Amino acid sequence: MSTADRTVTLTYRDAMREAMSEAMRADERVFLIGEDVGRYGGAFGVSKGMLAEFGPERIRDAPLSESAFTGAGIGAALNGMRPIVEIMTVNFSLLALDQIVNNAATIRHMSGGQFAVPLVIRMCTGAGRQLAAQHSHSFEGWYAHIPGIKVLAPATIADARGMLAPALADPNPVLIFEHGSLYNVSGELPAEREPVDIERAAVMHAGDDVTLVAYGGLLGRVLEAAERLTGRGVSAEVIDLRVLRPLDEATVLRSISRTHRAVIVDEGWRSGSLSAELSARIAERAFYELDAPVERVCAEEVPTSYAAHLEQAAIPQADDVVAAALRTVGRDG
Amino acid sequence: MGDFLMPSLGADMVEGRLIQWRVAPGDVVAKGDIVAVVDTSKAEIEVEIFEPGVIEELVVDPGEKVAVGAVLAHVRSTGVAATQAPAAPEPTAAEPAPPVPAAVVAAAAPAPPAEPPGAADGSGRRRVSPLARRVAAHLGVDPASCEGTGPGGAVTRADVERTAAEPATRAPAPPAMPAPSAMPAPPTMPAPSAPMPQTIEPPAVAATAGDERSIAMRRTIARLMARSKREIPHYYLGHHIDLSRALDWLKERNAPRGPAERVLPAALLLKAVALACREHPGLNGFWVDDELRPGGGVHVGVAISLRGGGLLAPAIHDADMLGVEALMAALRDLTQRARRGQLRGSEMADPTITVTSLGERGVETVYGVIHPPQVALVGFGRVTERAWAVRGMVGARPVVHATLAVDHRAADGHTGGLFLGSIDSRLQEPEAL
Repeated sequence: MSTADRTVTLTYRDAMREAMSEAMRADERVFLIGEDVGRYGGAFGVSKGMLAEFGPERIRDAPLSESAFTGAGIGAALNGMRPIVEIMTVNFSLLALDQIVNNAATIRHMSGGQFAVPLVIRMCTGAGRQLAAQHSHSFEGWYAHIPGIKVLAPATIADARGMLAPALADPNPVLIFEHGSLYNVSGELPAEREPVDIERAAVMHAGDDVTLVAYGGLLGRVLEAAERLTGRGVSAEVIDLRVLRPLDEATVLRSISRTHRAVIVDEGWRSGSLSAELSARIAERAFYELDAPVERVCAEEVPTSYAAHLEQAAIPQADDVVAAALRTVGRDG
Repeated sequence: MGDFLMPSLGADMVEGRLIQWRVAPGDVVAKGDIVAVVDTSKAEIEVEIFEPGVIEELVVDPGEKVAVGAVLAHVRSTGVAATQAPAAPEPTAAEPAPPVPAAVVAAAAPAPPAEPPGAADGSGRRRVSPLARRVAAHLGVDPASCEGTGPGGAVTRADVERTAAEPATRAPAPPAMPAPSAMPAPPTMPAPSAPMPQTIEPPAVAATAGDERSIAMRRTIARLMARSKREIPHYYLGHHIDLSRALDWLKERNAPRGPAERVLPAALLLKAVALACREHPGLNGFWVDDELRPGGGVHVGVAISLRGGGLLAPAIHDADMLGVEALMAALRDLTQRARRGQLRGSEMADPTITVTSLGERGVETVYGVIHPPQVALVGFGRVTERAWAVRGMVGARPVVHATLAVDHRAADGHTGGLFLGSIDSRLQEPEAL
């Protein structure tokens, strides 16, 4: 059996770790900095074992100041390094918002192109694990509002392994959002590394009647919804956005110009959200293709509950996606 | 009272033969309903009516030939009763209602305006999806006559298409002779639309029309082309366009589809022309009375050669607004109907520019003759593989020779050059078409 045919089974967490280790072996300018990434192995165990291989110079435990270590990452990037900054969760990234939005995203512009910030910031996002209101946000849509950064949302094992390399190769800041529910998901991948792009959305399930658009942690539920819709005679196409900024609207519009119906699924709140942006673009660019109003399935606009049943009731479920898709074809759930 | 006249179905048409009525006295007609079939010497054309109303009297019998502009039928406009009444309110009277003859009141007043079926809210405005509205306009279907099965009872594309396909199964039209007792239906009667029965038995004239028509069509083409070359100072431009990107993109798009759903290169070329028309309105319109009249919309006439000889150039309406798939569907539909002789009046009358494509079996270049009163004609030859140099490297590329004939009275060579350039650059970004 040739290496090209061999496959390996990895978790999302392993894939992420493998991607970081490979990047560090390949380029000595790459290093990892963040809270508990060294001795503890990362809050979600992503960097476990890396300290032993790469040493404390390159796997750097940072003090509990998101602003300070994100700023350090920006400074290192300005000076020719290729830092990976791990912020434990998107909730805490608000403490580094000034560094990300005011510095990382603007310096290339403000220096007239003289200075670039080739920085990668990874963080965990999302709800669903009973971590309550302050640890369950989905703010990737906020970041997707900011010109000057690229925002990625790997939803598959392949993207968890493949997106870091092109992100590090990008001369500008790239944010990678890892949904907390995905770390333990495992899947089979070709042993041979395959390059992935960080430009395009991907069609994950082909269909003709309605386009379901999702990303990150909800992709799995949406694929499940698509299967259930098949059982009810509705052929759903599922698009994984993959890249939240810049949005690959061409792929979405192309699909809608065939299916003429769209359901957008987003764990963020509905108001002023990424789902709102997508919905607006569909209305702007594909109005005459629409055979039904665009549907959105978003989180309820409440702080996320600790209680499991309340939490699950507030975030999109496969049932909600099925019902929305059925509405677009004129059927009641 | 309004009159329904023999329409001009092309600049060359001076008279037409009424083949068949699709309505009978008393029928309620809506804008866009097909009311008659007319033979123009080029084809049998289904003629739409553009004013809603009630058919009062059919003036011309099937088989008669009359001049363009002659009255074919008398039509009473819907809702016109009030204006017909001697509305002379007395200036001092506080009484709100003008004095109206009792008979008119009885006929027009009591019935509330018919709520269109399936109006989803109190506004009375029918819910029709944007796609359904677009397809309905294209198929000549009144969306209000469709049953809505979409969200909230909205009319969807499928509803429109079902309605468009329906006439074939409906009952034939009542006899064209007005039955003495038949009273015109009051305009407020809930008549969803005029019945539009398909031809059940072939009209009497059709049987003998074959040879006669091909002779007449030849004469029509002769008259039109002679007029074009006599009156229009043509200038010609040509430009080779590299189609490798466009064809690659198409190949990828077509890969998962069956032959019936594939998009042919012709649709891409049409779309590029339509978008170029929007960018350069000076080539999209008519030269009439010593001035350019811009076309209202981009209606691309597609030259279709008929199997028995002869040529038609019916329009794809608002081609710039259609996606390539919709355009492909329109092109297929138009070609089939043109060859069956089932075109609609509006398709024949109003192309704003014409495109002639030689396709696979043609030669490399076509220099076309402009269809008056249009001011431009775009020609595409066969796509051929050629040695093509890009940045010092020679490779084999699929290339099409695009030509443009323009009425020099309406536009100068510079505009034509920009127009062809625009077609080229659009074909380099097929995903944006």
